[in-house]
Amino acid sequence: MEENLKVTCLHDKHVALGAKMSPFAGFDMPIQYTSITEEHNAVRNKVGMFDVSHMGEVFISGTDSTKFVNHIFTNDVNSIQQGQILYGMMLYPDGGTVDDLLVYKEFQPDHYLLVVNAANIDKDYQWILDNAKGYDVEIVNDSQNWGQLAIQGPDAEAVVEKVTGLAVSELTFYTFNDFVVDGKRIIISRTGYTGEDGFEIYANPDLIRKYWDEFIDAGVTPCGLGCRDTLRFEAGLPLYGDELSKDISPVVAGYSMFCKLDKEEFIGKDAIAKQKTEGAPMKLVGIELKDRAVPRAGYPVLLADGTEVGHVTTGYHSITLDKSLCYALVKRECGALGNVLYVQIRKKVFEGTVVKKRFYQSNYKK
Amino acid sequence: MSKTIEGLHYSEDHEWVKVEGGTALIGITDFAQSSLGDITYADLPEAGDEVEAGEEFGALESVKASSELLSPVSGKVTEVNADLENAPEKINEDPYGTWIIKVELSDPSQVESLMDAAAYEEFTNK
Repeated sequence: MEENLKVTCLHDKHVALGAKMSPFAGFDMPIQYTSITEEHNAVRNKVGMFDVSHMGEVFISGTDSTKFVNHIFTNDVNSIQQGQILYGMMLYPDGGTVDDLLVYKEFQPDHYLLVVNAANIDKDYQWILDNAKGYDVEIVNDSQNWGQLAIQGPDAEAVVEKVTGLAVSELTFYTFNDFVVDGKRIIISRTGYTGEDGFEIYANPDLIRKYWDEFIDAGVTPCGLGCRDTLRFEAGLPLYGDELSKDISPVVAGYSMFCKLDKEEFIGKDAIAKQKTEGAPMKLVGIELKDRAVPRAGYPVLLADGTEVGHVTTGYHSITLDKSLCYALVKRECGALGNVLYVQIRKKVFEGTVVKKRFYQSNYKK
Repeated sequence: MSKTIEGLHYSEDHEWVKVEGGTALIGITDFAQSSLGDITYADLPEAGDEVEAGEEFGALESVKASSELLSPVSGKVTEVNADLENAPEKINEDPYGTWIIKVELSDPSQVESLMDAAAYEEFTNK
């Protein structure tokens, strides 16, 4: 194991299950327990469980919290009620992405929970602090005190109710509820990163460990980060670092619907408005190849005459769809749906077509 | 613990070679298939292509990564395993029973420099 790698509260359980472990976002994380394909199919067809305790939890409260969250966040927290969740981004003034995140509007007035990517916890926390000057808010990075499980798949509702004994069936997509278990607060939301129905459970490490064992006993398949990536990829969901980054704005990536330009202001608003009006030079597209060869991150994307117009950001031979698919960042004028583009894979060039990024039709409970 | 088979020759790039007369059957080891995971695609040369010891002759794609195939020997490819086009997972199921290419050895002594099963086991346990 590399030095200085962090571990989640479930690390020993992954090792005991014989998981293949690998560094991810500074944590020693399970990539797979048995096989990515088996774990992927468990989520699509039944139910799987992910340890996502590495994710960050930042709590924001105070008189100015609504105004402040709306200042740093692209989506509009005034558009939701308590108990609802929004997806969106934090941006730099030039429109580049600091992170993509979920904002939970808590039941206590003026309280918000921001769930951020593990790799970005320190950067995000500092960014939030740096931009809080003049706002009456309290900001707490409480990531270390929260574990998180994602229970995903068509059987998720039944098994979460069975194991926790809590009424989660009334939750609709992107809503959450607070519960008290053993005297401590837990949060369950109907959210996920797989394109399937499912739940995310935030709780103290002791309870997370207990639930982990109970979900395993209930027949839920433990799933590693390997299939978390293949699942989110099929569902058209971006991964920070690949499809969103300091250099890739939500407009470029095609997620500008999460940037509410009718809001009074947010950091990066002017840049996003300009990119939307004038068009960004690059565009993130989906490409479906005719062949089984697999496009991988960094491979060049070409025109028929060999001109390079971009590169692949993520690619797989899709497990559910049995097609070779990728996301690629290409020159905007080349990115229209139906356009023919080519991907160079090692020494050969393969023909593909620009298609919608949501390769797989998600099954959320609305 | 990955398996090895007596009588095969092993390269540091985790390929095995089985010599039949002047021909070498080449595949990947159990260690290699297990590290790669579920193989979804085999990018292979064509019969008649020349391969060089230590040079890339193709690649295997698993769900998560692609891995170059490096030839342990030099010579002309006489046959490519056609089953792998539609069923590359055979390599996972039976790595030593699934040859990938057959090569007419241009220099049979190259095989001598490869490892035997015991040496390869030691190599992978390092």
